[in-house]
Amino acid sequence: MDNKRKYVIPGDLVTTGPFRPEQNVLLEGNKIISTSIGISEIYDDSVRVIPLTGKYIPKINDLVIAKVLSHTSLSWELDINSCYVGFLPAQDVFGRDFSAHADELTSKLKTGDLVAARIANFDRTRDPLLTISDRDLGKIDSGALVQISPSKVPRLIGKRGTMIQTIEIATNAAITIGQNGWVVVSCESTEGLLKAKKAIQMVDEKAHIANLTDQVKEMLESESES
Amino acid sequence: MGGRDATMVLLDENGIRCDGRKIDETRKIMIKAGVLKNADGSAYIEFGDNKILVGIFGPRDVHPKHMSDTDTGILRVRYHMEPFSVSERKNPAPSRREIEISKVIKEALEPAVILEKFPRTAVDVFIEVFQADGGSRCAALSAASVALADAGIPMRDMVAACASGKVADTIVLDVNNEEDQAGQADMPIGYMPNLKKITLLQLDGILTPEEYKKCVEVGVNGCKIVYELQKKALTDKYFGNGSD
Repeated sequence: MDNKRKYVIPGDLVTTGPFRPEQNVLLEGNKIISTSIGISEIYDDSVRVIPLTGKYIPKINDLVIAKVLSHTSLSWELDINSCYVGFLPAQDVFGRDFSAHADELTSKLKTGDLVAARIANFDRTRDPLLTISDRDLGKIDSGALVQISPSKVPRLIGKRGTMIQTIEIATNAAITIGQNGWVVVSCESTEGLLKAKKAIQMVDEKAHIANLTDQVKEMLESESES
Repeated sequence: MGGRDATMVLLDENGIRCDGRKIDETRKIMIKAGVLKNADGSAYIEFGDNKILVGIFGPRDVHPKHMSDTDTGILRVRYHMEPFSVSERKNPAPSRREIEISKVIKEALEPAVILEKFPRTAVDVFIEVFQADGGSRCAALSAASVALADAGIPMRDMVAACASGKVADTIVLDVNNEEDQAGQADMPIGYMPNLKKITLLQLDGILTPEEYKKCVEVGVNGCKIVYELQKKALTDKYFGNGSD
């Protein structure tokens, strides 16, 4: 598989032939062209480019870390680090019997609060609709927020979660990764928290390097010795 | 048009131009991607004596709201020359020329960017010219395309730009300021090198049909030279040195 990976910029030819174009590629005749800067990957029947830059574009079912911007009497508006504002209806938090007269929205979420949410619905006509009615979702009470480039989130997770597991095991921290590039790290010890933060920032900076998991592991181990 | 400065030799008998270049040679070009921290994407270009910085914001909310399009994102371009960019102080307010160049660059980038993925948003391109020499629109367009790629805006292809023109009855590549003032024609070209499509073509001056064909051909070759440098600027930033 590795010999099929290639660094590409917009306009570069990735491959020709009967492949299905997936993310960040375009079919022009029988040529498959990259539309962003990134690493191209050719699978058995499909081609995609993993971008190295770019803003977060919401996708249905994505887990995101959101920050409350403001609220109306019926809903909250949340910053999801995207060009669109996330929209969280009050019914989702208070339940079906929500009443705009009786319930005060600020009693649950105030401006500036961090929330782990899932994108429930999003299409080109409306702003993304968020939900927090699921396990592991809801207001985040403790932890540190680390902001990385959204395009580097897959790298931080790693193949089948290897990268994030490495960091979690070495530092004993609980890490929640939002697809929008916002990451919440919580850890009992300050030392572990700082180490985990450093490792996450390292992945953000060196995302294009091969064998990054080993490098991160090395860094974490050398830190614990000193 | 035509020989205002009688003492200047635009093209000598050995085919060397007033600044020592051959007829098919560009000026010295340097492009750097990602030079600004706070912008979503940026690029800096030195094209001969042109020094231009481009910053990109977006996709982001459109203000005023009525400008937004529910079907697609919109592209907004501002080309601006600093008061100190030319020898006589330039009024910083947008001039007729700057408004024209903003429009022309916007229309030259539009075929390349894929904004249908971001309805109701805008991508803002800010071009600041610190020092102007001939061919600043081409330099600005080349830099804007690198900055858009750096911002991660999906694009069908890069847009490379270079001018060609007619000086002393000869078709030459990359017309500089003196040649632009005293020469016979100036033709800025924007070109998508992989799709082999022209996105910008202007002509100031008079050419015969044969000269016109030659001029386009020479200009497109110049664009290909610029494209290699754009590619290098992006690979240097994202993949360290050397791709593959």
